[in-house]
Amino acid sequence: MFYIYCPYCQEHREEEEFHAAGQAHIARPADPDNCTDEEWGDYLYFRKNPRGLHHEMWVHAAGCRKFFNMTRDTQSYEIKEVYKMGEQPQIVSEQDSIARGTA
Amino acid sequence: MTQNNRLSSGGRIDRSQPLTFTFNGKQYQGFKGDTVASALLANGVDIVGRSFKYSRPRGVIAAGAEEPNAILQMGATEATQVPNVRATQQELFDGLVCQVTNGWPSAEFDVMGLVGKAGGSFMPPGFYYKTFMYPQSMWDTYEKCIRKAAGLGRSPRENDPDIYDHINQHVDVMIVGGGAAGLAAALSASRSGARVILADEQAELGGSLLHASESIDGRPASEWAAEVIAQLEACDNVQLLPRSTVNGYHDHNFLTIHQRCTDHLLDCAPIGQARQRMHRVRAKWVVLATGAHERPLVFANNDVPGCMLASAVTTYIKRYSVVPGERLVLMTTNDSAYQAAFDWAESGRFVVAIVDTRAHPGGDVIDEANRRGLKVIAGSAVIEVKGSKRVTGVSVSAINQLGDKALGPVKHLTCDTVASSGGWSPAVHLSCHTGSRPVWRDDVIGFVPGNSQQKQLTAGAINGTAALSTCLQEGFQAGREAAINAGFDTVPSISLPKVDERHIGAAMALFHIPHSKPTSRAPKQFVDFQTDVTAAGIEIATREGYESIEHVKRYTAMGFGTDQGKLGNINGMAIAAKSMNKTIPETGTTIFRPNYTPVTFGAVAGRHCGELFDPKRYSAMHSWHLKNGALFEDVGLWKRPWYFPQAGESMQESLNRECKAAREGVAILDASTLGKIDIQGKDAREFLGRIYTNAWAKLAIGKCRYGLMCGEDGMVFDDGVTACLADDHFVMTTTTGGAARVLEWLELYHQTEWPEMEVYFNTVTDQWSTMTISGPNSRKLLSELTGDIDLSRDAFKFMDWHEGTVAGVPARVFRISFTGELSFEVNVPANYGLYVWEKVFEHGAKYNLTPYGTETMHILRAEKGFIIAGQDTDGSVTPIDLGMDWCVSNQKPYSYIGKRGMNREDCLRKNRKQLVGLKTKRSDVVIPEGSQAVADPNEPVPMTMLGHITSSYYSACLGRSIAMGMIRDGFERMGQTVYYPQPDGSVIEAEICSPIFLDPKGERQNV
Ligand SMILES: [Zn+2]
Repeated sequence: MFYIYCPYCQEHREEEEFHAAGQAHIARPADPDNCTDEEWGDYLYFRKNPRGLHHEMWVHAAGCRKFFNMTRDTQSYEIKEVYKMGEQPQIVSEQDSIARGTA
Repeated sequence: MTQNNRLSSGGRIDRSQPLTFTFNGKQYQGFKGDTVASALLANGVDIVGRSFKYSRPRGVIAAGAEEPNAILQMGATEATQVPNVRATQQELFDGLVCQVTNGWPSAEFDVMGLVGKAGGSFMPPGFYYKTFMYPQSMWDTYEKCIRKAAGLGRSPRENDPDIYDHINQHVDVMIVGGGAAGLAAALSASRSGARVILADEQAELGGSLLHASESIDGRPASEWAAEVIAQLEACDNVQLLPRSTVNGYHDHNFLTIHQRCTDHLLDCAPIGQARQRMHRVRAKWVVLATGAHERPLVFANNDVPGCMLASAVTTYIKRYSVVPGERLVLMTTNDSAYQAAFDWAESGRFVVAIVDTRAHPGGDVIDEANRRGLKVIAGSAVIEVKGSKRVTGVSVSAINQLGDKALGPVKHLTCDTVASSGGWSPAVHLSCHTGSRPVWRDDVIGFVPGNSQQKQLTAGAINGTAALSTCLQEGFQAGREAAINAGFDTVPSISLPKVDERHIGAAMALFHIPHSKPTSRAPKQFVDFQTDVTAAGIEIATREGYESIEHVKRYTAMGFGTDQGKLGNINGMAIAAKSMNKTIPETGTTIFRPNYTPVTFGAVAGRHCGELFDPKRYSAMHSWHLKNGALFEDVGLWKRPWYFPQAGESMQESLNRECKAAREGVAILDASTLGKIDIQGKDAREFLGRIYTNAWAKLAIGKCRYGLMCGEDGMVFDDGVTACLADDHFVMTTTTGGAARVLEWLELYHQTEWPEMEVYFNTVTDQWSTMTISGPNSRKLLSELTGDIDLSRDAFKFMDWHEGTVAGVPARVFRISFTGELSFEVNVPANYGLYVWEKVFEHGAKYNLTPYGTETMHILRAEKGFIIAGQDTDGSVTPIDLGMDWCVSNQKPYSYIGKRGMNREDCLRKNRKQLVGLKTKRSDVVIPEGSQAVADPNEPVPMTMLGHITSSYYSACLGRSIAMGMIRDGFERMGQTVYYPQPDGSVIEAEICSPIFLDPKGERQNV
């Protein structure tokens, strides 16, 4: 049972008020009609499943109804940070920062 | 029966309060302060159960949570039955009724025992594992026999009369364990002002201090404990929870505590009191002071009643004033166990010998044994126990210094009790619950807690600390540190009391006592008593190639009992390691998981049972439905009228009547449960266009439109009608079950993809009552109730909505139709719902206004071929598959959700399953929903499946059965015949047709 800080309510609340909403930072392609089936399939179905740091989206469903982002260690379940929609994580895994640098 | 083993004085029992209890149908006496186990031992009851696999008689081994044998079925009545109660933890009360769990037909004589004695070939190690690998039939054969013979306790067949509570708590410092370290931690944490909870599984706080031989500040340790407890009780910021087991330590410092509030008083809680309480605690910092469990040694026939833990012997003598025998042989690898022999001797009974496995034992205890004149046999071990229902003697032999060889000669000693100690295993269970791996320490000869992600400290014996003074010091330190970490800056430190204790000599790392015969041929040497795992069994497992300890565990079932192998696991690991020539840390440890001890279902459920099991939602008209005999259907959390039977009607007769009323007269449906979402903002219209598959740009104020909602994969997931109230204001309806999901879906896209859009959503489902008045007479009826809404055909067109009053109440009226008839949906504020509904009936009486429920609604819409999202769709169906191309726009500039998905190659291919109508050849046969279609009913299995039935009913209006279903390439197969084989061997034949069975041109509503 996680203890989650909602960046909008600015309070810790029990996990029961939230649910996870999948991997964060997956932007809808700007021009879906010009995506190949493979590109669209990647957007729709392919997700990371890292052991360690993961950026995921949560929603304060039984609270303020806001979606927000969380950096969480999938091994220890430690929540490293929460941040609002549109913001970028402060804590990233080495792999991620390499990918970011080359992107 | 008299309490032959009870001493005349001493202990912590109250001799002025004798209690009578029943064990296996026989009455016994004990005293207030006894556990069932101590009372049974006082009465000389040796056998408390039969073992799981070999059915050997078993006696009490331990005095606490680690007890593997004395597992009882409790309860004086059927309704109060509780299985899996450890006799060592259940306090005695007057009138307590209990019996052995595993034993058939009785614990004294057991048929299965003969099987066990015949070599145990009936169930060799790996029996369960192998059985599961073989055909199911083999398990079926054995299962009944095993269950009946071994027994695992049983649940009551009547409702539990007791109340169970849940309580949520937030604390600064949570201390687990009320022994020396825990009390010290609580004392120092409490001085900071921090909010502290201290929980302990025992009836009395104090742990080993209650029977300790050490003195603190010149007084008995128990007096120091009493004084600290009194100080803590006086603190407002401290909550002490005895009889409360911390069963789970979960992520982010969340702990579940199982408090037994009245289990020690009566069979059933006093009226108005909760029997048990589950505390759900979120702690800033946690101090684990859970202590340690003594390990028994593994030797031949070590399960014969009379074999006990050395510390349990001390506990029974000092706390309960019970000496569980006459003649004691103590076997030990360490100093601490000597206390058991000293206590035994002091009680006036005979200590035959202390058998010490160490060649040169050397602590203070040796001097004391000599001073007391007790015989110490060093460098030796009890290699075998004699006796079956009770120990009659032991074989003692010298052993080598490695402890893996019996050197002989074998000497016989007569005794009735064998106490053993292989040292202490820190109780690391809770520290493992959140994924931390324990770490082996050679100096401790045990696993201690490993690194943890939790905000957790440990103190005392859990760290492998043996000396009382060090336990106290660690406790004071941990309590202080926890309070500081939790944000309290002024934490006065407490000076350590002076402890008078013995110097402790080095222990020997020995787990498995060698026999003069090889392990495989020696009498059984038990490792896990509850699952009957032996040393030989573990050796077989490693010989068969199971090298991972997790595999050994599954192969042998070690640690699979309700005690989770508290006594046996470390010994088992040591034996596995030795037989593989590895060290224990190389072999690794198994992981303990919640719960630490079994928790009752009552405590897990709390008040969430019966009426409060799940929330229920009712419409404002619910009382009317009840009064008028509705039967109800659960739709999500809603209770919806299913149909309204009249006296003497069958269900089908009711449906026929309701359907006909809607088609021929006038009928009414409570549609309040449909999800309603208010959408406002200047970009609301554009937003709808992106969410729905059809066009919304031109929907005029005063109009409504049906829409389909898809996922990005192009699959339909909800539908409904949305009305335009103003250019920047819409009300969307959703399916009853989909309302919450749709609202979250809208929020998701607004918040994550299109935050620049000015649009707001709010649920208004509960704010409006909705009644659908349907049928040729609906206009006539409604016109009697409204003066300000012109209901005429041309003033109030199909798919229009108007605002006005109905029965004098402000209303929004929609001319929409889910039945195909002339139909008006009246929405009024929910507080007026019942009033308006009753007014409609007042006027409707002369039209024979008929209420109908969800079943008739389904039939009426199926006659018209209207889909129900979630029934006719299943997440694999596009609008095109449903034949609803008319509801998909290709003109919208924005690539709305679902557009790209439904244009994937797979969605465009030929031969997809499509929604069609199905007419059975025999008009009275209704195809069961879910039936699978095949082209050739005589095709050998596996047959080629074409699709399945999604909706199927008998239509009274059409005088025949109708169905909708998915059929591969169905649109191209109109007129063809398909077959639906049934489980009873029959086959239903049906013709593929349009799903619109009635009024395909829509003329009925166009009046
Ligand atoms: Zn929030």
